[in-house]
Amino acid sequence: MTKAQLLLRERSVRERMTPPSRFGDEAFKWLTLTMALAVVLLIVLIGWQLARGSSLAIQKFGFSFLITSTWDPVAEQFGALPFIYGTAVSSLIALLIAVPLSIATAVYLTELAPLWIRQPIISLVEMLAAIPSVILGLWGIFVMIPWLRDYPFPFLKRILGWTPIFTGPIYGPSMLAGGIIIAVMIVPIITSVSREILRSVPDLQREAAYALGATRWEVTRIAVLSYAGKGLFGAVILGLGRALGETMAVTMVIGNTPQIAASLFKPGYTLASVIANEFTEATTDMYLQALFEIGLVLFGVTILVNLIAQLLLKTIARGASPRAVQ
Amino acid sequence: MTMRTRRKDRHSWRKLESALVSGLTFCSAIIVIAPLALVFFHVVKSGIGAVNLDFFTKLPKPVGTPGGGMANAIVGTLELLALASVIGIPVGVLGGVYLAEYGTARVNWVLRFIADVLNGVPSIIWGVVVYGLVVLRFKSFSAYAGGLALGLIMVPLILRTTEEVILLVPASYREAALALGIARWKTIAHIVVKTASRGIITGILLALARVGGETAPLLFTAFGNRFWNHDLREPIAALPLQIFTYAISPYDDWHRQAWAGALILVTGVFCVNVLVRIFTRVRAMPV
Amino acid sequence: MLTQVMPQPQVVEDRDRAAIPPSDAEAESLPMAVQAKNVSMWYGAKRAVDNVTMDIPAKAVTAIIGPSGCGKSTFIRALNRMHELVPHTRVEGTVLLNGENLYSSDVDPAIVRRRVGMVFQKSNPFPTMSIGENVIVGLRLNGVRDRKFLNEHLEKSLRMAALWDEVKDDLHKSGTSLSGGQQQRLCIARALAVEPEVILMDEPCSALDPIATAKIEELIQDLKKHYTIVIVTHNMQQAGRVSDFTAFLYMGRLIEFGATTKIFTNPGQKQTEDYITGRFG
Repeated sequence: MTKAQLLLRERSVRERMTPPSRFGDEAFKWLTLTMALAVVLLIVLIGWQLARGSSLAIQKFGFSFLITSTWDPVAEQFGALPFIYGTAVSSLIALLIAVPLSIATAVYLTELAPLWIRQPIISLVEMLAAIPSVILGLWGIFVMIPWLRDYPFPFLKRILGWTPIFTGPIYGPSMLAGGIIIAVMIVPIITSVSREILRSVPDLQREAAYALGATRWEVTRIAVLSYAGKGLFGAVILGLGRALGETMAVTMVIGNTPQIAASLFKPGYTLASVIANEFTEATTDMYLQALFEIGLVLFGVTILVNLIAQLLLKTIARGASPRAVQ
Repeated sequence: MTMRTRRKDRHSWRKLESALVSGLTFCSAIIVIAPLALVFFHVVKSGIGAVNLDFFTKLPKPVGTPGGGMANAIVGTLELLALASVIGIPVGVLGGVYLAEYGTARVNWVLRFIADVLNGVPSIIWGVVVYGLVVLRFKSFSAYAGGLALGLIMVPLILRTTEEVILLVPASYREAALALGIARWKTIAHIVVKTASRGIITGILLALARVGGETAPLLFTAFGNRFWNHDLREPIAALPLQIFTYAISPYDDWHRQAWAGALILVTGVFCVNVLVRIFTRVRAMPV
Repeated sequence: MLTQVMPQPQVVEDRDRAAIPPSDAEAESLPMAVQAKNVSMWYGAKRAVDNVTMDIPAKAVTAIIGPSGCGKSTFIRALNRMHELVPHTRVEGTVLLNGENLYSSDVDPAIVRRRVGMVFQKSNPFPTMSIGENVIVGLRLNGVRDRKFLNEHLEKSLRMAALWDEVKDDLHKSGTSLSGGQQQRLCIARALAVEPEVILMDEPCSALDPIATAKIEELIQDLKKHYTIVIVTHNMQQAGRVSDFTAFLYMGRLIEFGATTKIFTNPGQKQTEDYITGRFG
């Protein structure tokens, strides 16, 4: 090859390559930043829409919206207390059932179970989380409620009928049924978050306890659970956040009656259910406004609960990241 | 002598206690997954009878006329998912790219935090918001509104999974690409995202499976439709909506249809989940 | 862009000479390809490289040796501005590539990296790409579209990396399907494809078995006819085998720099001698 040819070839590679452009890099960075900022925009958007849609109701009812229990669309009198009560009680029932089961399952899966059985159970729990709410509701109406009505409810009434919470006639659709179905829905998330938390406990903790001759359970109790307490609490609060907002399955089994009753056999109503049921029937402006305000209340509470849960989970993650341990 | 026996007793009690707890936690695990088995069993048992060719090809029949299907609802759900993807996928994936590739630690912490909080917003709230945003403004329930609601739910889901799988891409690939003089954004788009694509697609599919089963955000956005939707500015049917309507109706025929719809929906959702899991386990992320 | 604006008689002349193996006399008069002047580098507050001044001759292999943590890998990253990928790093001093300052404000780091290529410790072919795609990805993503040109270049780069005969029938297979040594040569081919002037190698054989290592070392000997090579190694035998010049770095400082034969047989500094005779490191 002559010098000229070499020169030519040399040029051809360099020249064929396009010069790097700052524009491409800048544009791409700004594009992705805009998309990432969408999450901020969305949360503001929700708050703004809900506040805008309920401004008249807020003006008219003020604080009494939260503490009165009349829900009369015809007279345009709206008080959200029965729904707040229903949401609180059904979520509480759900937590009472779901928390022990979930944490026990998480402990089993991370500490006690034989290795071969862990992954199948984990997958099944994830599948449970994948069941659409409406299908769980369908199952709740036609399978769970008849069964509850025939066996566990009468049993509870016989044993605990002397307390105010298990008295009165048994219909089936009830606060208790609502709580149970919510429990089914929040078990997967509490289990999987708890599992992450337990896994993030450094093995050193466990080894130290084993070295002292502790049994498997003692290791779990002494080294793992005490270490993971705050994170597990975060998992529970996260579950509460989900419980408060569960809509379809609850709507289908809770009975949808705006009342405050001590007995868990009586039907109830939740914030999410009343929106689901009555939104399209809201014929007057004030009715719609009241439902928007219910949405605002629900949004406010779930944001607060989720905020607390994330703070609990994120601050422990800083100390011992679950990912770092894997 | 006595000391030794006591210690032995104590030891065996401790072992017994440990075994007891193992047994109890095992029972908890069984109780936790029992509903899955029960729901699956009942959905198959009650649904299989009503699933036939008509179910996939016919429109719903009026009350009292047996037969009919949910063709419009099945297609409607697919249309809604397509509309949701148009919003959810680009915003979620690109946002995730920002978090994984550009953001400073503090900005990322805040954005991640907000995305996680957003994931906790009840889906019915999204319905209310989109109602105020779209339905009130255009004075009509519409497929667009339903798709928007589902798409917005997808955003934080996809954003978080995208970020996580991109962070799994070893830094050595970024280094190698940049050392060739390739622009940063091309490195990200052609090398990093491509390497993480399997994980990103997994995240997208799981998000679709999740919102595909959502009912609450569609109640007053997509609204439902007994007929075919010919215009996306009109109400549209969706499988979960149809199941809900039928489930709370007083008619046995409709209950049967609801179970059949549930079988189809559950099959779809489970198939995506199982496939994704098999797919990602067999061909794990290259490390 | 810059390369077109600035005349580069030096490079053209080098290329020309590369066609004929340089004689010893010529080698001695070789121009300097890279000149580092008072280069200091910081990771946050920690100074990793301390005031290193070093002229790296063109068309020769320069080895950088020193105990781990001495700043040798950090230092070569200053030569193609790769350190900029790590947040909180800072460089002071200048680096000249054929007389041009790599750090002047109008120089794009991407251009620097096209001219100063890099091969890493662990082979890292892109897992989503075939062998062929891996080789030409640098050209393709830098805007070269001409299919015929790319194919020609693919073969040429693989031949230069002594990999063509082994993979020519498997170009569509995944780059990760190759053996460790082949993967590393694939990475070298990938770096060669964009036709850099300088190739930085960061312990390229540390993950390879002796046979694969020997092949890479042989390849380095071939490549120095056309390229300036800087190789970081913790293996002194390797430095002795492949390099013409050796720099000894210790605690971020350049202790000694000179012809490899001199450094290994008659080091000028006590520290160099101690290190080479294995008294520490």
